[in-house]
Amino acid sequence: MSQTTSTAPRRGAAEPTSPAPKRASTPARRRTDPIYYFFLFPALALFTLAVTLPAIVGFGYSFTNSIGFGDWEFIGLRNYIAVFRDQGILGAYGFTLGFSLVTVIIVNLIAFALALGLTSRIRFQAALRTIFVLPMVISGIIIAFVFKFLFANTLPAVAQALGIDALSSSILANESLAWVGIVIVTAWSTIPSTMLIYIAGLVTVPSDLYEAAAIDGASPVKKLWHVTLPLVSGYVVINTILGFKNYLNAYDIVVGLTDGGPGTATRTVAMSIFKGFEGGDYGYQMANAAVFFVISIVIAVVQLRLTRGKATFGA
Amino acid sequence: MSTTTPHLAPSPATDAPARPRRRSRIGRERPQWGATVILLVCSLAVLIPLLVTITMSLKSDAQAVEGEAFALPDPFSLTGFVQAWELTNFPRSLAMSAFVTVIAVTGEIIVSSLAAYAIIRNWDRRLFRWSFFYLLAAMFIPFPVVALPQVQLTGIVGLDNPLGVALLHIVFALAFNTMLFTAFLRSIPLSLEESMRVDGATTWQVFWRLIFPMLGPMAATVGIFAFLGSWNDFMMPSLITSDPTLQTLPVLQNMFQSQFNNSYNIAFASYLMAMAPAIIVYLFTQRWVISGLTQGAVK
Repeated sequence: MSQTTSTAPRRGAAEPTSPAPKRASTPARRRTDPIYYFFLFPALALFTLAVTLPAIVGFGYSFTNSIGFGDWEFIGLRNYIAVFRDQGILGAYGFTLGFSLVTVIIVNLIAFALALGLTSRIRFQAALRTIFVLPMVISGIIIAFVFKFLFANTLPAVAQALGIDALSSSILANESLAWVGIVIVTAWSTIPSTMLIYIAGLVTVPSDLYEAAAIDGASPVKKLWHVTLPLVSGYVVINTILGFKNYLNAYDIVVGLTDGGPGTATRTVAMSIFKGFEGGDYGYQMANAAVFFVISIVIAVVQLRLTRGKATFGA
Repeated sequence: MSTTTPHLAPSPATDAPARPRRRSRIGRERPQWGATVILLVCSLAVLIPLLVTITMSLKSDAQAVEGEAFALPDPFSLTGFVQAWELTNFPRSLAMSAFVTVIAVTGEIIVSSLAAYAIIRNWDRRLFRWSFFYLLAAMFIPFPVVALPQVQLTGIVGLDNPLGVALLHIVFALAFNTMLFTAFLRSIPLSLEESMRVDGATTWQVFWRLIFPMLGPMAATVGIFAFLGSWNDFMMPSLITSDPTLQTLPVLQNMFQSQFNNSYNIAFASYLMAMAPAIIVYLFTQRWVISGLTQGAVK
């Protein structure tokens, strides 16, 4: 059963046309080997059963007063109206969006600077790369517990020794400062992966461009602005989109550091949705989840629009 | 900010364009000591929390309670490890984490590569093309959005356990992995498998004997990221697994917070044991971790 199969149009990777023996090329459609359906099936089935189906079921429940089990009634849009009036949920959106924005900016600036450093002519390059990638391999919740200790015990002790009264107690216990701790730890944890993507971008910049710029007498700042940045702008877009996607779902690190506190000062949207298990307001939190989904999509689309599709994986 | 001139620093296996530049340590330009020093100082920000974790875990009960991060252990004591081992039932939770991770890694590599191969070879068929975009759509679905109904459904079908967690890990990584594999498969010439087919090989044989071995480097990348994602995940197991005795290591760290209390040596020993396997795997496979992204992901 040696059926020849149709080929994918390959982009890039110009490959010499194969002189392999082919049967007379038929203009008509070739038949597809049925085993390909079998190859595709597990992925489609898993995705449909584990994501699509729950999404549809959950969306349906968002119009009911279900508590997660037992009887329920259809209540129309009442959940959605309530979500938009719920100070607790609005607060969670405010915190999550603000936190995401600040973290994306800080992480990208530091990661880009580190990537520049690590791709330049430094000594101990391999060792330094190994060290800077380390945070990526440690579980977020454990990182959070380690830093919680440092914020609670070590930082105040250091601050007292230096005579800084403002930091003499844990910043995590301070409603207006706790978010700073969360940004620091999230940055510590996610800078490595962002940095790796920038390194991937920087090594694609041909070195003769820099040499040409150097011959023209461009200063390092000018080189960065006119040579490097335009060529890696696509990677900035990728990192921003992936970053927002990650930070909007912030959960592990926040649970470990503050568990949403003090009060509800650092409660994220994910945490407020998960309260649907305990609070018996399953239908209500599904409405919240639907709103969250729309906002996530809008943020992604807006970023893609603003950057006019510069983020092309592999093009 | 160090505005240094980036040079092509080839990490292993990057397809950097060939350059007529010598790669010797001492090239035409001197090493940039300024940037080196700045980076060494910055690396302390990474190393200090890890060193504190190690020193705290080696303290005696009496010394650990003081919570002095920079005081060295005196006397050295392994009691934290012994107590953490028993308290968190470490062998069992290690086995749970390993179980979830092994299934997730194997599943992610096999399911995604099979799907990617089918899609690439049938790109002209609507079903396969649409399937690709359908799978990619998963990238935009945040887990919290579908978490509640997933918990409900996994409970109904009896998957509210580590197996269910592993399956969800496979599903949520599908989009990214399939994208990586398809990008990689585009660069494999068709001529190779055509000659195999002329000799009478079936698609099944072509995939397992020719394509899958060729996917090796990409499978290594996918596998490493699958391992890290699965091993370190807290959100899914904490929500999906209903039986606390079946919990993975990261979730247990959270469950025992109240019992660790001020016994910092026990707490940090426990954290260290939970993160050690990932760090060891990383140190052995860092070549792929660091070059993995640079290879196929964003070629």
